[in-house]
Amino acid sequence: MENNVLLQMKDIHKTFPGVYALRDINLEVRAGEVHALLGENGAGKSTLIKVLGGIYQADQGEIFIDGNKVEISDVRDAQQQGISIIHQELVLVPYMTVAENIYLGREPKNGLFVNHRKMEEKAQNLLDAYQMNIDATTVVANLTTAQQQMVEIVKAISFDSKILVMDEPTSSISDKEVEFLFNTMRILTKKGVGIIYISHKMSELDQICDRVTVLRDGKYVGTEVVKETTKEKLISMMVGRELQKYYTRNFQEAGEVVLKCENISDGKLVKDACFEIRKGEIVGFSGLVGSGRSELMKCIFGLNKNSSGDIFIDGKKVRIKSPIDAIKYGIALVPEDRKKEGLYKVQSVKYNSTIEVLDEFIKGIIVNYSKEEAITQTYIDMMSTKTPSQDQVIGNLSGGNQQKVMIGRWLATSPKILILDEPTRGVDVGAKSEIYARMNELVKKGVSIIMISSELPEIINMSDRIYVMNSGRIAGCLQRDGISQEHIMQLAAS
Amino acid sequence: MAEITISKAQNSSNRFVKSFKGFIRDNLGIIIAFLILVTFLTLSPVTRNTFPTQKNVFNVLRQISTNLYLACGMTMVIILGGIDLSVGSIIALTGCVGAAIVSRHGLPIAVAILGGLLVGLLFGIFNGFVISKTTIPPFIVTLATMNIAKGLAYVYTGGAPVRVVTKEWQFLGAGYIGPFPTPVIILIGVLILTGIIMNKTQIGRHIYAVGGNAQAAQFSGINVQKVKFFVHAYSGLLAGLAGMVLASRMYSGQPTAGDGAEMDAIAAVVVGGTSMAGGSGKIGGTIIGGLIIGVLNNGLNLLNVNSFWQYVVKGVVILLAVYIDFLRNTKSKR
Repeated sequence: MENNVLLQMKDIHKTFPGVYALRDINLEVRAGEVHALLGENGAGKSTLIKVLGGIYQADQGEIFIDGNKVEISDVRDAQQQGISIIHQELVLVPYMTVAENIYLGREPKNGLFVNHRKMEEKAQNLLDAYQMNIDATTVVANLTTAQQQMVEIVKAISFDSKILVMDEPTSSISDKEVEFLFNTMRILTKKGVGIIYISHKMSELDQICDRVTVLRDGKYVGTEVVKETTKEKLISMMVGRELQKYYTRNFQEAGEVVLKCENISDGKLVKDACFEIRKGEIVGFSGLVGSGRSELMKCIFGLNKNSSGDIFIDGKKVRIKSPIDAIKYGIALVPEDRKKEGLYKVQSVKYNSTIEVLDEFIKGIIVNYSKEEAITQTYIDMMSTKTPSQDQVIGNLSGGNQQKVMIGRWLATSPKILILDEPTRGVDVGAKSEIYARMNELVKKGVSIIMISSELPEIINMSDRIYVMNSGRIAGCLQRDGISQEHIMQLAAS
Repeated sequence: MAEITISKAQNSSNRFVKSFKGFIRDNLGIIIAFLILVTFLTLSPVTRNTFPTQKNVFNVLRQISTNLYLACGMTMVIILGGIDLSVGSIIALTGCVGAAIVSRHGLPIAVAILGGLLVGLLFGIFNGFVISKTTIPPFIVTLATMNIAKGLAYVYTGGAPVRVVTKEWQFLGAGYIGPFPTPVIILIGVLILTGIIMNKTQIGRHIYAVGGNAQAAQFSGINVQKVKFFVHAYSGLLAGLAGMVLASRMYSGQPTAGDGAEMDAIAAVVVGGTSMAGGSGKIGGTIIGGLIIGVLNNGLNLLNVNSFWQYVVKGVVILLAVYIDFLRNTKSKR
């Protein structure tokens, strides 16, 4: 069974007007293996998956399934060949039940009418078979992100898929949920399903993947067996050069307390959170998804009208009722969900870079355009953002570059306290490393950074101290010397 | 990167050339459509003696003016991701109130104008207040105020037009400043003001931010409520202005005036390339959109097209214009 080749994509080429998106790509997936697809944003992973899923047609190349050459010219073809794709953005219908979602478009019927009882029974059986602990009659909107993902997986399985593609499935779920997801994946591979797994988290490779194929700039770089390779080698394959250091961090003596919070509550999730931040340190906030980290930061940034508790800045008690107040006190917040909470997607890089500092170049009705451009350029350079021009629509940039513009936008306000909520989510390896380096430079200059991150290696390597949150409370604070993944998980999940 | 070294004077003239080129590029489809329309009406044997005359051109511009006042407010409202259905009814109410101030109460015309503008502004403020303080969709809020304003206009007048016999009353809608019709001069003022607000001020940029991503705007520390309030108040004020100009042109305030005017304004905005999804759009496009609709109306009249059929033609033109825009956008995204 080990060497039973399930899927073979051979010499795939795909061009878009002006762009050679895929050049001579090969991918081989065996039955019962989890095959990781690695590459920076823009490397061609998504395009390759879309070719496999029938969304795009390859210009050249062949696809074999179980050794037979197949033509995949639309999504239906792909489904019939047993290919299912679970996209990064979940595509369930929020106000339908789990069962209705699983059997959408192929509901079991009694004559003209949908047989709801039979549909729910079938769905429940499937859910139970994978020990998912989800009720088939629940409305999808009431499920957590992780649970919705499970429903997507069950939906895919219900098509009798042989090949399952998962696009960054762990980017928005907690570690505990990741473990459950991996277990489900193991059950699937035992049944002979081949899984193509896309992720930016290197640490997951060891846990779940058998082999890994690396793409760079639309080209095939190579395929490695996970157990026989190293993280450094894979990273250098991805970025095409040796990364000197992945995490850049020069630890220094922390200064005086710049921000002190006492008994912050938001009336819902966050309860009596107390913590303090010193000048020139990076303080990590760890915890499971839903432990209240982002919600706590929203209280401090004035985004929650019902928050209570005391906030002290430089020892003085302050009232922060809106982000306008927070910005005035030198606080900046780069939000967790770039698309929903940060980007003005149809506007230019310039617009997105300067929206916080309009005061600096618009006086009444006089606009100093040169200054606007100068400010934009400063932060493009500082963050080494790659963009064809300042007028480029930001929606056309890669995730990593969008994130750099977001961080630059807030650096332009010259914050004393910079809150970064999942700053490297959906960001490729090269850009991640650059963001770490920038963080290091900022704290050297005396800025204090609060970093929320669900990625344990990142938070451990970058933080002076780590507060761990658990169900809305601060469960503990770990000093740099004593931090290990186990410590954090103990506090986070107890 | 040679552009960094050029001098400031060159820089600003370059910026003008660049934004003019951008205007042409963004609106190429409708500019060509507009030119074809004008060329056709100028050359066609049926209209070549009636269309390109000074009288007719002024007439067209006069008609376009009131629609463009509304469309200026509507552009901002739609960029904000909303809609303002109440402007047509506000025209009726403000016209009646203004006319009555002169004819029933014998007060000076200036008071009437201010009164009419005030009524429009108050309705805009009311729309803005409800829309910014609640989550009721703008469509529903302004649908309600549309009915309220229309109803009040009928109640106030008993359904009959309020005639004004004072000669000076005509100045605003039918008069001239120098050789130019007054509404056109006012239009130029309104366009400049709107252009400045949208392009040169902080609140202008905030409108795009709120319309593009309201949640992000909140994270940005933008006062979202204030922006919504301002835009709707401005739209109401411009509707009041349109009401007064129209009442002046018709020598009377009429409760039926402005019927469907909101739809013509929306048409001008969308033909001008502003996205109903919010977050993008330019006043320059709206101007061309308004010109096309105005010239089309005039041309169809001059061609003696049955007025019932005119609606059909207008509908088709709107659909075509927006479809061409859609095609261009999908192509440029690839």
